[in-house]
Amino acid sequence: MIKLIGVEKKLGGQPVLQGVDLSIPVGKLTTIIGRSGEGKSVLLKHMIGLMQPDRGEVWVGDVEISRLSGTPLNDVRKQFAMLFQGAALFDSLSVFENVAFPLREKLRMKGPEVVRRVEEKLEEVGLSGMGHKFPAELSGGMRKRAGLARALVMEPEIILFDEPTTGLDPLMAKSIHDLIVTMHRRFGFTAVMVSHEIPEIFAISDWVAMLRKGKIELMATAAEFQRTTDPEIHEFISVGGTVALPGSLVG
Amino acid sequence: MTNVIEQLGAWAVVCVQQMGRMLLFMLSAFAWLARPPFRFHQIMKQLHFVGYKSTFVVVLTAGFTGMVLALQGYYSLRKFGSEGLLGSAVALSMIRELGPVLAALMVTARAGSAMTAEIGIMRITEQIDALDTMAINPLQYLVAPKLVAGVLGVPLLVAIFDVVGIYGGSLVGVDLLGVSEGAYWNSIASAVEWKDVYGGILKSISFGLIVSWVCCYKGFYTRQSAEGLGSATTEAVVMSSVLILVGDYFLTSVLL
Repeated sequence: MIKLIGVEKKLGGQPVLQGVDLSIPVGKLTTIIGRSGEGKSVLLKHMIGLMQPDRGEVWVGDVEISRLSGTPLNDVRKQFAMLFQGAALFDSLSVFENVAFPLREKLRMKGPEVVRRVEEKLEEVGLSGMGHKFPAELSGGMRKRAGLARALVMEPEIILFDEPTTGLDPLMAKSIHDLIVTMHRRFGFTAVMVSHEIPEIFAISDWVAMLRKGKIELMATAAEFQRTTDPEIHEFISVGGTVALPGSLVG
Repeated sequence: MTNVIEQLGAWAVVCVQQMGRMLLFMLSAFAWLARPPFRFHQIMKQLHFVGYKSTFVVVLTAGFTGMVLALQGYYSLRKFGSEGLLGSAVALSMIRELGPVLAALMVTARAGSAMTAEIGIMRITEQIDALDTMAINPLQYLVAPKLVAGVLGVPLLVAIFDVVGIYGGSLVGVDLLGVSEGAYWNSIASAVEWKDVYGGILKSISFGLIVSWVCCYKGFYTRQSAEGLGSATTEAVVMSSVLILVGDYFLTSVLL
């Protein structure tokens, strides 16, 4: 389980996180929502040790990672994968090489086993036969799929999604959401997603947390979250349109 | 007055912090180099980029540098009736000074700027963060091979630079201006000592390290914007070039 206790972070002298307390349930899909610039991506980066808090603790299982670096931090990161906002594919490598990268570089895997695992993941994300293409030749949605394949190939216990549908048209956004949910159900990893896609996220998430003014304002199951009486939160989640019923989007 | 002193003090503190950070950056990268997994393929790839792909521009620069040295040297030496010493003048200038300095400056312009841009773009597009999340240290994977390529590649390029420069001098001095071929090559053989060659190698290793170190550092800590990347590339080229020239003075004063 990932647990943040009293996490505070200033960027450029401005307070971004001001005492975040958050527990991410194991095996569930938790979505963090909030206004732009509230620090949702910053929060996500604290969970994987890409940023260190000025104060507070970040626990991954039994390990407090906020002051770790080097090999001990890398040992913790082996449980993780992350899908970045722009997919962060290595642009000098083909899609196949991108997906094979962690297998080759981290597990030192070679030969047909790499080919088998990479092709399996590319097929799962709908990119069969696209392995030879380079990231610059892919559309936004295909890049996200390739990024997801790279995240899945190491079979991690936890996957972090940083705004996985930003910049995509509604149909492509829905297909990425569907893919995330399908993979989540199939592999059972713990998923933490930062998203603005309201109301869709209520249909795909088990838990929803709202970050406001540097703190977690509310964390509840998707259904409970929609019944909140807090006027500001209600206004925020209503602006996106009709609030979806759980399960209406997928399955 | 107090304000000025305060500002100077703050500037000095920032400079010392920056230098400390740069030093730690390089030491960490070398420390990661000693740890498995060893990525020989990455080192060879960078060596190909820094060394092989810079060969053409280095040969071109070296040829014309040797030719202009011979041209200038010939007319200066002729005043004293010492045209026979043209070979030694060209060779010593190339081996001691111009080879290491000019080759390093050309590598800065061609490969160093590309290193900064490549690493900087990887930073901006979160590719470096992606490496981190895969538990692959970016210093080990990205920076260390480039440092090794700089340290190994620049001395090899300098060797080529020296040889081509001396032949360029011969082309102008011997073939065009009529200096005796025997006098040209004999003066080189009698004037150039191993000490000169060692000095040139030491300089080229130092300059290779400066180029790759500064350029990788500037790219790694680039600001998250296109403008930041542009500034980082400019700063990397300017800083490397200045450090090469300053370092050349101090190394020469130690080696002489």
